[in-house]
Amino acid sequence: MPSTENNFKSGLMVSAAPHFVTKLDTQKTMMYVLIGLAPAAVASTILFGFGALLRIILGMIFACASEWCYNKIMKKPQTIQDLSCCVTGAILAMNVPSNFPIWMLAVGCAVAIIIVKCLYGGIGRNIANPALVGRAVLLLSWTSSMTTWPLTRFQRASGLYGADAVTGATPLGDLAAGNLGYANYSLLDMFLGNTGGALGETCTIAILIGGIFLIWKKIISPIIPCSFIGTVFIISLVYYAFNPNGVYNAFQMAIFSILAGGVMFGAFFCATDYVTSPILERGKLVFGIGCGALTVMIRILGSYPEGVSFAILLMNIFTPLIDRWAERSFYGIAKREKEAKKAAKAAAASADTAKEAAK
Amino acid sequence: MSFGKKHLSSIDAGHYKNTCDSATEVMPVPKVVKLSMSENIGAPCKPLVAKGDSVKVGQKIGDTDAFLSVPVHSSVSGTVTGIETIRNGMGGMDTLVVIEPDGRQELMEGLHAPEISDQPGFIKAMRESGLVGLGGASFPSWVKFNPKNLSEITTVIVNGAECEPFITSDHRTMLEDTQNVIDGCLALMKYLGAGDGYIAIEDNKQNAIDKFTKMLKEQNIANIHVFPLQARYPKGAERVLIYEVTGRKCDAGVLPASLGVIVSNITSTAFVGQYLKDGIPLVKKRLTVDGDAVAQPKNVQIPIGALVSDVIAFCGGYKSEPKKILLGGPMMGRAIFSDEQPLVKANNAILAFTGEQAAIPEETACINCGRCHEACPFDLLPTKFAEAYERKDVQMLRDLQVMQCMECGSCSFVCPAHRPLAFMNKLGKAMVKEADRNAKH
Repeated sequence: MPSTENNFKSGLMVSAAPHFVTKLDTQKTMMYVLIGLAPAAVASTILFGFGALLRIILGMIFACASEWCYNKIMKKPQTIQDLSCCVTGAILAMNVPSNFPIWMLAVGCAVAIIIVKCLYGGIGRNIANPALVGRAVLLLSWTSSMTTWPLTRFQRASGLYGADAVTGATPLGDLAAGNLGYANYSLLDMFLGNTGGALGETCTIAILIGGIFLIWKKIISPIIPCSFIGTVFIISLVYYAFNPNGVYNAFQMAIFSILAGGVMFGAFFCATDYVTSPILERGKLVFGIGCGALTVMIRILGSYPEGVSFAILLMNIFTPLIDRWAERSFYGIAKREKEAKKAAKAAAASADTAKEAAK
Repeated sequence: MSFGKKHLSSIDAGHYKNTCDSATEVMPVPKVVKLSMSENIGAPCKPLVAKGDSVKVGQKIGDTDAFLSVPVHSSVSGTVTGIETIRNGMGGMDTLVVIEPDGRQELMEGLHAPEISDQPGFIKAMRESGLVGLGGASFPSWVKFNPKNLSEITTVIVNGAECEPFITSDHRTMLEDTQNVIDGCLALMKYLGAGDGYIAIEDNKQNAIDKFTKMLKEQNIANIHVFPLQARYPKGAERVLIYEVTGRKCDAGVLPASLGVIVSNITSTAFVGQYLKDGIPLVKKRLTVDGDAVAQPKNVQIPIGALVSDVIAFCGGYKSEPKKILLGGPMMGRAIFSDEQPLVKANNAILAFTGEQAAIPEETACINCGRCHEACPFDLLPTKFAEAYERKDVQMLRDLQVMQCMECGSCSFVCPAHRPLAFMNKLGKAMVKEADRNAKH
């Protein structure tokens, strides 16, 4: 072809359609999640002081450092720019008390990132939520540090806990110990976060703002949080209707159950982790209901006062199974197999009768 | 597939309709035109002319007896200077009739409006006109307009969605050839026995919607309805359009005619209206020329067979070095490796990109977010197709209904990991087809 003489442009780039893609990549998605976590981080700083903010920032740094070192040592391409490790670090830090020893937090981040995520093949390959496994490891390794709950600024100022008190119980701890009758937190306190607990999980309103932002931006689907929280509410309502608890009626106890502990935080930020939750809508529904049911069961029947993180971890393990079930029912695979079996049986039966007739 | 919802899933792929206000400019006859003998999806035509022959506008220069085919007509008057073969954008070889125009554009003698008395006559005229589906599929229109269940056809849908970003040629057709579209739609309804006609237009083209509404009212045509669509991608895909307009589900492999519907592209319909009036076959085409590498983006009317480079030169040439040139839109268009390619009937845009829009983003790991599933108009699971394809799991691909995929590219567009999911679907479909073929033998 005399392409020089005619001055044709050749050797152009050829690729498969589509030739345009969205600007919302993994990094931006994770950035949105971090923005969604911001209100809870601000609330924790107000409630528990700068120690809370420090731990969140350090959590992100420790998690990034763990991933960076792993990739460096294993000679893998660097992946920290996708910010997913920052999300893991921030969520793990928000799951510890505000006076948690920083070196322990570093260990937790390393376990979450290196063992749970990187060793399984990096982002998208882990079978359980890294931050929650990190939390479980910390809880089992340093139980007392993980269950010493500093009072909030407002609890200390109220004078109800004595002048020297710096730590107190969580609402769920009091409930398990049978002390809820004279507990000092109203449902409003719990909604605003003025209770003991992990630094990011107490302030429901901040979590709701962040969660609704993520739903509005279509980063997370509302199915998992709604079914999770709804299930906790309904089962608690039924349970406390038959097992009344002191001065609270069943409805108040159901509200208490969704405000206390990590239900809100877990439902919006942990259970919605893409990698470890189902894709199809019906799968998400089952996953959310399972998380809610297991949470209430662990709280009521188990020896731990709080069950959100274990419930989510258990459902993470079930996720591939739920996904497969959802695919089989949604695309009619199970139905087609059933019909094929029936047809084969009918064919065999008619062949038998034909054989007998021939005899 | 789960239907039952009002609208099928769709995405916001951006509009970039930069040229929607630029009236069509007629490109002067270029120094050379190269008419491809593979203008339709069926067998290629055989040239009817030889080197040295002189031809006129509208003269038949290629034809074949094969079923899914239409004749090719000369778009210029001039002299045939050769028959050559060229590698096309798909990688195959095309036969081209090369004509050097004399610039006089003399019409073939004896071209006149076809005399049609019945449906078979209409089908014959449609074949003679050389019309193929101008939306990009190149399916011979006479075959589409000749369904086996003619008596069951109730609805004609004229597709003016133009959901691809950048392209505005259909929009200009609607504004500049409004009467031809209406006449064409009436003719289709008459010869197909359809009681209702719908002109479906995305609601980002309000002036086209208004113009059709006004003209239909002025002419007292009550059985053609203007149907506004959501301005989202891919509302113009045939199976999506049928669902949006009639609520009828059209699975892959099912002919729209079996649902009583015939869908015709708006430019094809306008051509039907024009052909029935003057009998000039399909020799010219409206194109959108746009992209950040083009000096003067605009809509142009070109003689079919003009080279991409000549059309770009008419639009002021390249203002920067093009890295990628697309025939068609950015969602489903085809990237060509050289601008020496001639244009065919079904082309509706040339987009030349140089900067960011030509870049191929880096692929990262799947994060299982499920956006590909949410974006898919047919609720398929592209990420699982990709997995099954990599495992060569044909049964899984079948189970998950990979053949329902129409390769609209929505999944690739929304993927935050920038995985080429639509391409993987294509490979998955090819794998299933191959397995089916092997099972037969």
